[in-house]
Amino acid sequence: MITVKLFGITREIVGEPVLTLDDIPTSVGQLIISLKETYPKMGQLNSLLVAVNNEYAPNDQSIHENDEIAVIPPVSGG
Amino acid sequence: MDHIKITPDVINPEQLIDLVKRSSAGAINVFIGTVRNATKEKSVKQLEFEAYEPMALKEMEKIANQAASQWPVEAVAIHHRVGKLAIGDIPVVIAVATPHRLQGFEACQYIIDTLKQTVPIWKKEIFEDGEEWVAAHP
Repeated sequence: MITVKLFGITREIVGEPVLTLDDIPTSVGQLIISLKETYPKMGQLNSLLVAVNNEYAPNDQSIHENDEIAVIPPVSGG
Repeated sequence: MDHIKITPDVINPEQLIDLVKRSSAGAINVFIGTVRNATKEKSVKQLEFEAYEPMALKEMEKIANQAASQWPVEAVAIHHRVGKLAIGDIPVVIAVATPHRLQGFEACQYIIDTLKQTVPIWKKEIFEDGEEWVAAHP
């Protein structure tokens, strides 16, 4: 099981600040694919990145049980 | 007070200037972001800022370190505010101290430009008739 933190518009799309997934996706890429399948609106965003343990993670990075995962929609700080 | 900070409180640019003052610096460059009253001709009522704090702080540190590796930076401070901000409020202040001014102008620009691209902070514009997360959709 992993928890995925949601921010900005992704939090509003899901309706919760955190998602719990019973099956751990094998990779960041898999996570993104399955999020877009469950929440098609995520596919309409300009970008959708994933951070693992506070670092941007490439699609081929694998995900482990105790990783801190966050979905990063297009940033707009500053 | 920390050089790199995310805060719900009002940011005072003077505090960042004090943080970066060095006798070895001949220039202190300060960037102050302010909440503008309109976007694409639509009138903005307020902005809401949200951050993934631990990662945002980490990314801001990285940017400060990158700036220091490209320019002779004596000191940097970056403070970003979160929460609800009104027109004219200050969401971000960056202060950079360098020996000479050209390096300071360049380093300061680099820091804000990079912050806007990589730091996990999001702003939502609140209009009279709706709201929108900036840059979320094409």
